[in-house]
Amino acid sequence: MKKLTALILALCLVLAASAALAEDLVLKIGHIGPQTGDAAVYGTATYRGAQIAADEISEADNGIKVIILNEDDSHDPEKSKNAYNSVMEQGAQMIVGTTTTGPCIEVGALAYEERVFMLTPSASSTQVTEGKDNVYQLCFTDPNQGSASAAVINERKLGTKIAVIYNNADAYSTGIYQTFIDKAKELGLEVVSTTTFTGETTDYSVQVAAAKDAGADLVFLPIYYTPASQILIAAKSIDYNPVFFGVDGMDGILTLEGFDTSLAEGVMLLTPFVADAKDERTQNFVAKYNELYKEVPNQFAADGYDCVYALVEAAKIAGVTSDAAAEDICDNLIAAMQQLKITGLTGTMTWSANGEVDKVPTAMVIKGGEYVGLDN
Amino acid sequence: MAFLSNLVNGISLGSIYAIIALGYTMVYGIAKMLNFAHGDVIMVGAFIIFCGAQYWGLPPAVCILLAMLVCTVLGMTIEKLAYKPLRKAAGLAVLITAIGMSYLLQNTALLIWGANPKVFPGLFKLDTFRLFNGQLSIKPETLITILANIVIMVALTLFISRTKMGKAMRCVSEDRGAAELMGINVNRTISVTFAIGSALAAIAGWLLCSSYPQLMPTTGSMPGIKAFTAAVFGGIGSIPGAMLGGVLLGLIEIFGKAYISTELGDAIVFAVLIIVLLVRPTGLLGKPIREKV
Repeated sequence: MKKLTALILALCLVLAASAALAEDLVLKIGHIGPQTGDAAVYGTATYRGAQIAADEISEADNGIKVIILNEDDSHDPEKSKNAYNSVMEQGAQMIVGTTTTGPCIEVGALAYEERVFMLTPSASSTQVTEGKDNVYQLCFTDPNQGSASAAVINERKLGTKIAVIYNNADAYSTGIYQTFIDKAKELGLEVVSTTTFTGETTDYSVQVAAAKDAGADLVFLPIYYTPASQILIAAKSIDYNPVFFGVDGMDGILTLEGFDTSLAEGVMLLTPFVADAKDERTQNFVAKYNELYKEVPNQFAADGYDCVYALVEAAKIAGVTSDAAAEDICDNLIAAMQQLKITGLTGTMTWSANGEVDKVPTAMVIKGGEYVGLDN
Repeated sequence: MAFLSNLVNGISLGSIYAIIALGYTMVYGIAKMLNFAHGDVIMVGAFIIFCGAQYWGLPPAVCILLAMLVCTVLGMTIEKLAYKPLRKAAGLAVLITAIGMSYLLQNTALLIWGANPKVFPGLFKLDTFRLFNGQLSIKPETLITILANIVIMVALTLFISRTKMGKAMRCVSEDRGAAELMGINVNRTISVTFAIGSALAAIAGWLLCSSYPQLMPTTGSMPGIKAFTAAVFGGIGSIPGAMLGGVLLGLIEIFGKAYISTELGDAIVFAVLIIVLLVRPTGLLGKPIREKV
């Protein structure tokens, strides 16, 4: 008898649950990014971030359920197109992705033809959004970082004589350098030394000495953290202590194996997200991520998280229904994104018609081996 | 003062090239083959030292000896497995095998140690020398490298000219066939050459990464190629030539970057290789080759 009661009760529960589910808005969001191969760290992070956001929204019990349909693309454009077809077959209504630039350009073209709305968490090239009205970016574009850096340096009077050391064999570094120089000229910042290196450079003494001899009191480093660490070491060996100012590629320098983090003391950088930020939302996210995956989330995880929230908000504005097909809601989502203003882990964001995000970059400084806000 | 500090930096970089070039030139001079995997043996040596110091907590001297041992075994194994079966084959086949071996080592290192770059620990904490009120600083690593270069150069020269094994090496170098007929064990001689070259690679790995403390699986490849350029510049097969070529190449690279353009630094280095090969194919100190007709 007890068994029967339990069975009936369970049945009721299931019925109740499915009844509730039927009334809920169910959004199916595809996620495409590399989870194997060289770039696996990025796609894994954006997926985990997106999944955490989806779980949060679904558990909040306010009438919206989010289902993430995840596919791996190994940072390969062809595989990425297959991944795209796969998530679309599974009924995705919109896409978070793709994580990396190369595949995103190709999949973006496909999504443009088929009218599927895409929001990439981290593909930062301007080529990603160019000529496609339905592909949006959540991260800064490469050029944006350059002009934003120049603006911050100018506003806060961080340096009067500026040296730049960049990697002229790398599109990311060169892109940021170009816009930095243009903006610096516009603002009247004095750039006294510009030197370059490539991925194969062993010795950085000339570049650092050139900055020192030119009397630069700020060195702008639009580069990744690995060469940056070598530049800091080279500067230390000639007792040169200017302000070093980096961009999001600098993120990672504190966890570089074997690196003496005291050398990075006082290094400034522009980055949309730091795991050490003191606000409650970031702390909850970091705790949750740490609990699930046993590591500290990087900027990509935060980007993935924000993407899902942005899409859900846009879907609400656009009046998306559970059974709406991707191509029918695309134009409504585009219109909704224009009106959307949302605050996420990576700042407060609005979008322009060409799909680029507008958000205020946060300037951070390394103090005592940690990132802290420049104003703290 | 800028000139002086560029000079010091040039000698610092050049002495690193020189010590790598010694390994190239030694193997070429005796085995008559270009061991393009030399740069990657250097990388392996540096990783062994890194693991010894960082993970296993070994004393510095033990780390270096361990790296020398591992590299020696590695060098001899490579020689036995990859180069010895090709001893009678065309030179091109050996060259291609060496390039393949270089990639094999790089990718194996990628599997073992991962792609994340590491910062090499300074084994001996020494203070930087500062002259002229601190305007000119000389890294202690530079002095150690120069000293190591001189010691190794003298030791190698003595070894080759004074010992029985050295004599055998000279014979093999001069005429492999005739040496074999005279009862010299050619295989063993070449094996010993590789052992010495690889032990030198471990020392070079230590000095390279002490001066430029960045360690990843591709760390050895560019310095290796530049050191090869240095060996050709100085006259490949000549031990003092490798040293001279290395130091000159370092100076050319640094002065080129400082006074011409940082963008052209590498272009200048390789332009030097082309010019030397055009004007003086045997290099600065190389012996002219007489072709018998």
